[in-house]
Amino acid sequence: MGRSGTLILNVAARLLLPLQLLFSMFLLLRGHDEPGGGFIAGLVASGAFALYLFAQGPRALSEMLKVSPRDLIGMGLLLGVLSTLPAWWAGDPFFTAQWWTIPIIDFKASTPLIFDIGVYLVVVGSVLTAITALVETDQDEYDPTDYDQADHDQTH
Amino acid sequence: MQTAVLGGFVAAAMAPLLHRWFGSRAPLVMSLLPASLAVWLIGQWPVIASGDVLLLEQAWVPGLDITLTFMIDGLAWLFAMLITVIGALVLVYTGEYLRGHRDLPRFLVVITAFMMSMLGLVLADNLVTLFVFWELTSITSYLLIGFNHTDLAARKAALQGLLVTVGGGLALLAGFVLLALAGDSWSLHELVQRGDLLRGHDLYTPLLICVLLGAFTKSAQFPFHFWLPNAMAAPTPVSAYLHSATMVKAGVYLLARLHPALGGTESWVITLSLVGAVTMATGAFLAMQHTNVKKLLAYSTVMGLGTLTMLLGIGTEKALVAFAVFLLAHSLYKGALFMVAGILDHETGTKDVTAMGGLRHLMPATAIVAGVAGLSLAGLPPLLGFVGKELMLTSVLESSSWRLLILLLAFTAAFLTLAVAAIIVLRPFFGKRQDTPRPPHDPSRVMLAGPGLLAALSLLFGLVPGLLDPVVGAVVAGIGAPEAKVHLALWHGLNLPLALSLASLALGLTTYRFWDRLRAGLTRLAPLTRRGPEAGYDALMAGLVILADGQTRFLQNGYIRNYLVMTLLVLLGLVGHAFFFRHGLAPDVTLSIYFHEAVTAGLMIAGAVAACVMRSRLAAVAALGVMGFSIALTFVLFSAPDLAITQLLVETLTVILLVLVLFRLPHFATLSTPTERLRDLLVASLTGGLITLLMLAVLSGERLPRISDYMVANSQPLGHGHNIVNVILVDFRALDTLGEMFVLALAAIGVFAMLRFHAAPGEGVDRDGRRNLASTEDDHG
Repeated sequence: MGRSGTLILNVAARLLLPLQLLFSMFLLLRGHDEPGGGFIAGLVASGAFALYLFAQGPRALSEMLKVSPRDLIGMGLLLGVLSTLPAWWAGDPFFTAQWWTIPIIDFKASTPLIFDIGVYLVVVGSVLTAITALVETDQDEYDPTDYDQADHDQTH
Repeated sequence: MQTAVLGGFVAAAMAPLLHRWFGSRAPLVMSLLPASLAVWLIGQWPVIASGDVLLLEQAWVPGLDITLTFMIDGLAWLFAMLITVIGALVLVYTGEYLRGHRDLPRFLVVITAFMMSMLGLVLADNLVTLFVFWELTSITSYLLIGFNHTDLAARKAALQGLLVTVGGGLALLAGFVLLALAGDSWSLHELVQRGDLLRGHDLYTPLLICVLLGAFTKSAQFPFHFWLPNAMAAPTPVSAYLHSATMVKAGVYLLARLHPALGGTESWVITLSLVGAVTMATGAFLAMQHTNVKKLLAYSTVMGLGTLTMLLGIGTEKALVAFAVFLLAHSLYKGALFMVAGILDHETGTKDVTAMGGLRHLMPATAIVAGVAGLSLAGLPPLLGFVGKELMLTSVLESSSWRLLILLLAFTAAFLTLAVAAIIVLRPFFGKRQDTPRPPHDPSRVMLAGPGLLAALSLLFGLVPGLLDPVVGAVVAGIGAPEAKVHLALWHGLNLPLALSLASLALGLTTYRFWDRLRAGLTRLAPLTRRGPEAGYDALMAGLVILADGQTRFLQNGYIRNYLVMTLLVLLGLVGHAFFFRHGLAPDVTLSIYFHEAVTAGLMIAGAVAACVMRSRLAAVAALGVMGFSIALTFVLFSAPDLAITQLLVETLTVILLVLVLFRLPHFATLSTPTERLRDLLVASLTGGLITLLMLAVLSGERLPRISDYMVANSQPLGHGHNIVNVILVDFRALDTLGEMFVLALAAIGVFAMLRFHAAPGEGVDRDGRRNLASTEDDHG
């Protein structure tokens, strides 16, 4: 699946992507008190990337992302596991939530937030892994010579 | 200490970084970690020496009675010292042995992780924690045996070691659960004080069997001894550390730890002393047929582990003292000898002792180290090995049951071990000079430091065994003889054990003299030994493959409709049984339904029915979409915005995925016969009906306390959040969420693997001859 032919979709995807990502951040950060959270925010972000993928093609997406979606999964899992560790330091049982207030901006940082960011990354990574794999398999099917290129794309 | 062990795991993960910074000096830097832990342990010695038990408390999962509390008594202290000191020496040695090896960083990661797991194992006070560390040592051992992963034999040996120890681990877990039930505690320091309660408990026999299975597999006791010599496929530092000094002693450690709780009964005494004695003799006997220096050492390790088990079985005060001394002596000389074996392999290019000779002229320093350690293995004065062997023979002479048989086996093992020591030391270093693949010379001082220090300690403790009195006293106090007065000496006067030692010296040297002829004879017996326990393992593995093959063909035949039917039937059976027969919940059907709720429900039903009868795929998917949005609507009506948003987003993503796969799906055909469709209808209706009943019962029942009340009340005070759903996900039930994250990640990787490495054209053809994505997927699943 290459670049889509419609100008409207191309332009819209490019303009909408930052807005959608911003919205997903908003959902992620307010999730602890209002509807939202890592899972929902991750789904919104995946939707945004999927739209970009349809409009610009998989190569453009992987160039923009810089990291492989599978690495996002790994990072997310790592964050999830790491968020359990500060409890150690405080002498609390495994996974006890820790809260800190960052003084100047008065922002409440916490291990649940780190954990939620981990969830976010895993969701985005998983959905994008599945979608890009499907798209690239399509490509192989239609144009066997493109195989090397598709493979190359993934290593980015 | 807990922070140090956990930090150690982090340090293990950082090993590649260390390697980038320090290059080939990274192992030296890494060795500072166990070295500093050893210093800390020495600092704690006054507390241990005074007879106190050091309890370092740390909660882990308080809800399940799981703690990370560490308990340091004499036994744990000695083991921890062995792990940290030998660990530091092995790391230093590794720096030379694997200098410039491509995978050195990976090696450092795994061996450091192993070190920390082993420390956790011997320090853990909680059974569950101990078990977690126990399994971690099995896994890291697997990775280390298979370090040369391009070698098929190494991979096979790694898998064998893993399956045997993890299989035993499974039994051990069952044993621990029974132990906790019988002793009413998960904490070892409490359990060891409830020995009488445990020994008299109905569960004693089953729990003993399970625990012994775990310990025997880990410590390579007969008939599970075969994995240990195969594990010699690992690099030599690993053999020196895991498969002689530390990991294989984990089983023995566990037996010693539980000796006050479970020991002393008839079944304990007979099982342990017989199994131990048979293992001793088997190990020493099987060693005779090998010329590979590492195999020789491995079989003599089997013999050493058998000795330790036997001494715990005999269980008298003398035997426990012998246990402590032999444990230390064995770790010192075996660690040293394995490292010498690595040096020989490294310098001469061969592991075959018959291909070496006269090396003492070329490698004088190595010869001295090997000679000292070898004398200790042989059990000759003035080495610590002699003290250990004399004590061992004394306690065997005092054993209560099966004395003659055990004595015979122990004596056989003693003289054969002496022969093994002679083969390992005399053969390569003395005699006629032989040409080796590489021209040998003494290795660098760094490489000799480890074995040299261990051999020197063997000599020092042998000359002045009194130095060990307090340590041995503390160990013995930890394993059930708190009042023991320990006084070790090299010379015990002319007595029966000394006579036995002299006899074994004569017999051992004779065996060595005729070793070549003996080996030729044993080779002729090889077809017989091939029918040993290892053949049983192979048969078991082959059977497992056949079983797996059969059940995969039967249950996982590649048709998703069959998977669904199977899953739903199991669900029906289990939930239905619990619902109707165990709890007998009665659903309350007096419901008041508003008009808009009825409409939403009607939409859902209509969507479901339409999805079943539609003749086109697009229409069927659209019908499912109607259902999905109706569900989202329900969530909105019952004020659950998070769930509604999630549902809507999932529906959207479904559309995206559908767009991607629509063209690749086969023709939308009806593949099942009317009878099959009738069966599917029945299963679906039953499942739906059961779940509906369950929901009604749960909602109407007053018998079940409502969990949500707690969540609502504590979301803000404990979780600092107003969004209860999110607080549950990331705080109250975060462990569940973490599990789900892993499931999601695995699913994504599964999709990726199936699509990227999909079957070549021609495979995965559907009934109607069309290339079929779904069936290709299932073939790989």
